[in-house]
Amino acid sequence: MAHDELSRAFAALADPTRRDVVARLATGDATVGELASPYGMSVQAVSKHLKVLEEAGLVSRTGAAHRRPCHLEADVFDLMAGWIERYRREAEARFARLDDLLAELDAPRSKAMNDPNPREEEPT
Amino acid sequence: MSTASDTSTPETTIEAPAELPTITIKRTFASAPGRVFRAFVEPELFSRWIGPHSIEARIEHWDARTGGSWRYAAWREGERIAGFYGSFHEIRPDERLVQTFTYDGAPDGVSLDTMTFTALPGDGTRLTTVSVVESLEIRNLILASGMDTGVRQGYVKLDALLRDQ
Repeated sequence: MAHDELSRAFAALADPTRRDVVARLATGDATVGELASPYGMSVQAVSKHLKVLEEAGLVSRTGAAHRRPCHLEADVFDLMAGWIERYRREAEARFARLDDLLAELDAPRSKAMNDPNPREEEPT
Repeated sequence: MSTASDTSTPETTIEAPAELPTITIKRTFASAPGRVFRAFVEPELFSRWIGPHSIEARIEHWDARTGGSWRYAAWREGERIAGFYGSFHEIRPDERLVQTFTYDGAPDGVSLDTMTFTALPGDGTRLTTVSVVESLEIRNLILASGMDTGVRQGYVKLDALLRDQ
């Protein structure tokens, strides 16, 4: 994927609705109507989102009719890898906070509440 | 997608198999299983690490025993932005914790989370969290939305999605 295409793909996926549409299409093709109904959005509004996804090369449609299914063109594996990495970073941030808390619990009791660097104090 | 081969690095690994509606998270900690376990079942400890710094987790109910239940809310700038609840299905001290997890804006959606605490040499712990949801579609939505940033909108849409199917 060329750099411009990649930028377009990322820009297209910056929108949460478009991300959800892609997540939905990752499990199978769907019509515009099927994609629109869960969001309480008009077919026209979803079509706008699909147009952005199409221009980014992420989605293709075999025709203009609303019954024609939308198909995910992007490499699903690459997309999933990107999502998983973001999810992983969020989990890692959570666990880093847990690391700090555990270090505090492992520090000597008298230091536990006030020492800003409890890890430097090894429990004896 | 990847597996940890070196237990000395605390890197978080995520597995989200293409064919199963699960998310597996693995991480090692430099504390004994008893300590890590406490951070999951004692509300005053849990609330200190679960959310990002910009979010305050307020425990609303907490009965950490097998068959008990829990509820907490995420607050940002004085506003309650999301609530979460579930049950403590099994509490096996220092070893295993099985919980359900639901976002209260989407009561039809539930994740079954199993946390396993494995002792490592030198007072370390390997934590393995396995979350199971109803479908691959929901699993992908959870990954795509992100738990910390997009969980609210994601689950609201998910709720609508489930209602309409």
